Amino acid sequence: MDTYSILRQFADSWVLLAMFSFFIGVAVYAFWPSMSEDRKQASMIPFRNDKPAGSACADCTGDCSKLSQRLEDLTDA
Amino acid sequence: MNYFKLIVLGLIMILAAMAADWGQDLAYRLHAFLIFIIAFVLFVWVLRRTDEPAAHPPDPSEYNDGVIRAGVIATAFWGLAGFLVGTFIAFQLAFPALNFDWAQPFANFGRLRPLHTSAVIFAFGGNALIATSFYVVQRTSGVRLFGNNLAWFVFWGYQLFIVMAATGYLLGATQSKEYAEPEWYVDIWLTIVWVAYLAVYLGTIFNRKERHIYVANWFYLSFIITVAMLHLINNLSIPVTILGSKSVQVFAGVQDAMTQWWYGHNAVGFFLTAGFLGMMYYFLPKQAGRPVFSYKLSIIHFWALIFLYIWAGPHHLHYTALPDWASTLGMVFSVVLWMPSWGGMINGLMTLQGAWDKLRTDPIIRMFVLSLGFYGMSTFEGPMMSIRAVNSLSHYTDWTIGHVHSGALGWNGMITFACIYFLTPRLWGRDKMYSMSAINWHFWLATIGIVLYASSMWVTGIMEGLMWREVDSQGFLVNSFADTVAAKFPMYVVRGLGGVLYLSGAVIMCWNMWMTIRGAKPAIAHVPNATPAE
Repeated sequence: MDTYSILRQFADSWVLLAMFSFFIGVAVYAFWPSMSEDRKQASMIPFRNDKPAGSACADCTGDCSKLSQRLEDLTDA
Repeated sequence: MNYFKLIVLGLIMILAAMAADWGQDLAYRLHAFLIFIIAFVLFVWVLRRTDEPAAHPPDPSEYNDGVIRAGVIATAFWGLAGFLVGTFIAFQLAFPALNFDWAQPFANFGRLRPLHTSAVIFAFGGNALIATSFYVVQRTSGVRLFGNNLAWFVFWGYQLFIVMAATGYLLGATQSKEYAEPEWYVDIWLTIVWVAYLAVYLGTIFNRKERHIYVANWFYLSFIITVAMLHLINNLSIPVTILGSKSVQVFAGVQDAMTQWWYGHNAVGFFLTAGFLGMMYYFLPKQAGRPVFSYKLSIIHFWALIFLYIWAGPHHLHYTALPDWASTLGMVFSVVLWMPSWGGMINGLMTLQGAWDKLRTDPIIRMFVLSLGFYGMSTFEGPMMSIRAVNSLSHYTDWTIGHVHSGALGWNGMITFACIYFLTPRLWGRDKMYSMSAINWHFWLATIGIVLYASSMWVTGIMEGLMWREVDSQGFLVNSFADTVAAKFPMYVVRGLGGVLYLSGAVIMCWNMWMTIRGAKPAIAHVPNATPAE
């Protein structure tokens, strides 16, 4: 058989099956019940880290500029 | 290190000067001269910093926002340029006298048209994608951009690519592949810039402090990687000479056509869809102040889109030398693609669940919602047009142009404007945009502009499709081609007017940005927390 036919047969059978099962796997993984809390946590990522993590006020909810100013004053003193 | 840089820049200057002198066509010589000038300026810049005390290393507790500010300005600038050229060529079609004799051959429709498409897709859209992706990847990873000045290389390198592509088209350097017109050396330069972009992006993700990679980053990353793959394969060409811009494609005939539309449709799929969905998944929740409707759905959305889009290209080649099975495959995948597209649209719209009142009070949310509406509309229209029977009517008509513009102006344009309005106050440390009513004006001008554009193209497209196929009782064609062109005149004028409205909306946006950035307070790097963390 020529290369085209071999590749074509392979693509139409095993590769199709592999891609389809990967996709089903992803769908199952996305809806896996015990991962529910992780998904909720992940959806909150945009609301954390308005400053880089680990910097003075990464997760604070109040007025960060005041907090960082206070920290700077403390280190200066 | 600086000595090494100076040697390299000096070599580039010599080579560029030689190329400018020996180059065989105008575009090539101009570009060589441009590179010579840039290398010279960089040489002086590096020389002045050699053996000087090193500047302060960047503060890792601050995000690298400078390059994003530049990106936002570049987005607005190229947007204006692209819309202006688009409006002009729309009137060139209505009034051919606008192909001025004195400006031939540089400013005829054939050369300005790729300038328009590349300016809006790659310059406006590309800068928006690069700027927002740098913003999002830092905020969702909790770390500063990887590679410090590498991000600046990506920004300026990309601008150089745009300038070389645009001037090349005007001077006639094109490889005649739609949306991939730049010639071989411009393609090589873009490849280098793109690898740097991937390095910055992946490096930042590797350094991340969040355990999970937020879904917006998946979309951006798929956009970066897929565009790299598409670009490399579709631009496999052999230059005729190293001293000229002309090159010859490696593929020929129907293989070349299939490669081109595999590239072309995935440029729509991964550049104009996946990348902009990355924007949607970050900026819409952020502006609405609530997390995305369903994170699970977003995972399905991502993988379904990735798996399906890559097969849709052959629908551009119905009724050609392409084998039937291939064009059927493209058609089927295009129709299936409707589902993840609408899944994503619903996921975005439902994010506003419980906050629909914001649609009345927040013009930025209104822009997001309108862009999702147009996304939904054009991802329904697209699969429909990919069906072979519909395509036999719509192909080669202005219906295609209308479809593209409802997607590009409605979805890509509106979401980019919304992101610009979101980013400008935050990046320059302002409370909000200078004028909220100007955003409203922009919203309505753009909306009415798109409606005029899309509806006139539907009418003219279906009309010319029907006129082309009309036969009399003897089986003879009723209309000559020139009859269809004459019949389209009123719709061409309406389309041009739609472009004028869209352009004027963008002018208002630029004025609003200018006033916001100028503001009373000096621009500082410390970005205040404008949005409450939840």
